[in-house]
Amino acid sequence: MAGGQERILRRRIRSIQSTRKTTRAMELIASSRIVRAQQRIAGARPYVERLEQLTADLAAAPGGLTHRFLQEPEPQAPVAMVVVAGDRGLSGPYNFSVLRVAEQALAAHQSEGRRCQLIVIGRKAVGYLRFRGMRVDHSFTQMTDRPTYEDARRIAEVIEAPFMSGEIGSVEVVSTRFLSIGSQRVERRRLAPLAEDMAEMGRPFDYEMEPERAQLLEVLIPLLVESRLFLALLEAAASEHAARQRAMKAATDNADELITTLRRVMNRARQDAITTEIMDIVGGAEALRQAAAVEPGEPGLPGDGRRAG
Amino acid sequence: MATFPFELVTPERTLLEGEAEMVTLRSAEGDIAFLAGHVPYIGAVQTCLVRVHRGGGQVDAAAVHGGFVEVADGRLTLLAGVAEVEGEVDVERARRALSNAESSGDEAARRRAEVRLELAGAS
Repeated sequence: MAGGQERILRRRIRSIQSTRKTTRAMELIASSRIVRAQQRIAGARPYVERLEQLTADLAAAPGGLTHRFLQEPEPQAPVAMVVVAGDRGLSGPYNFSVLRVAEQALAAHQSEGRRCQLIVIGRKAVGYLRFRGMRVDHSFTQMTDRPTYEDARRIAEVIEAPFMSGEIGSVEVVSTRFLSIGSQRVERRRLAPLAEDMAEMGRPFDYEMEPERAQLLEVLIPLLVESRLFLALLEAAASEHAARQRAMKAATDNADELITTLRRVMNRARQDAITTEIMDIVGGAEALRQAAAVEPGEPGLPGDGRRAG
Repeated sequence: MATFPFELVTPERTLLEGEAEMVTLRSAEGDIAFLAGHVPYIGAVQTCLVRVHRGGGQVDAAAVHGGFVEVADGRLTLLAGVAEVEGEVDVERARRALSNAESSGDEAARRRAEVRLELAGAS
């Protein structure tokens, strides 16, 4: 009977309800983490901005200085690309939008004849790029949730030596910038050498320097690279939480909608079953009554009366 | 006394900021004091105790473990990868670090621990 369908629907609704509980919990966790992550960005940003300003000032100070960090790289020089995505899925388009920009950038470099080194952060990104047959030179996982300065330092370590020795000409980073809670954007920026837009910030005072400029730069560059990576990691973490929060909110809303629809279908099925039953009973009773009204002793209409009886 | 804007910034947060009459620290070449109107300056900072004279006898101190200092446009910016202000130092840990550093002969670690203890007023 129709009761079978009702049972199936009831089971489906229960299963969706339990999924909804999970997505709702993830949504709440993500939104609480966004707040923390935002505070960390706000804490780190002044440091990175001051350090960028200091580097730009140092570069702008009179008295020419030739240093790898202050010059445009050779057009064919190999590029190191740092790709920052997440360890986990269930975050909507977050991972993929980073990977798409990274792939485009890789293709662009290769078509212009530059070799690329890949430094990949996040399990999802590593898996994806390896699956696509790309060589991942360095990979880091388990640092995207709550990145520390130490994490940034570990990444910087694998970049600095090859850059200083000239093995790679420039370093780029592809990551998600956290503009606001409702807006994040994947960006590709240059970490080293000093990008033109940053060099323009320099204030060309006649600085007194201790120690001299070249030595200052030697110490400053690793710090600048580390701290910019740190900020990129923090912004990526906040963006991932925001993306997950949105994805999980959508999932929860969809579950709600599905539950409403299924409930409606289930109730109709139940009502249909009840109606059919009532009709059967009423029909049976009517047949019996008619059978009794005809001459006693005569059998009623075949079928109806007997079934109801 | 004339004052100038000052800030001590770390990757985690801005530790100290505001107006200062004088800031003393140890640069690559030795101890240096900054007053208002200092010429533009960029320097590396050694592990040291930074003192910020706020005026009226008030002095803020911070242990800075290496970094940079810049004076430009009359503003002093002190950047440090790691820094602590008073009340943040774990004295027990610093003492342990000091004895470890002394036995292992790690000069940089010894200096860091010393500066920490000096800040905590427990040296």
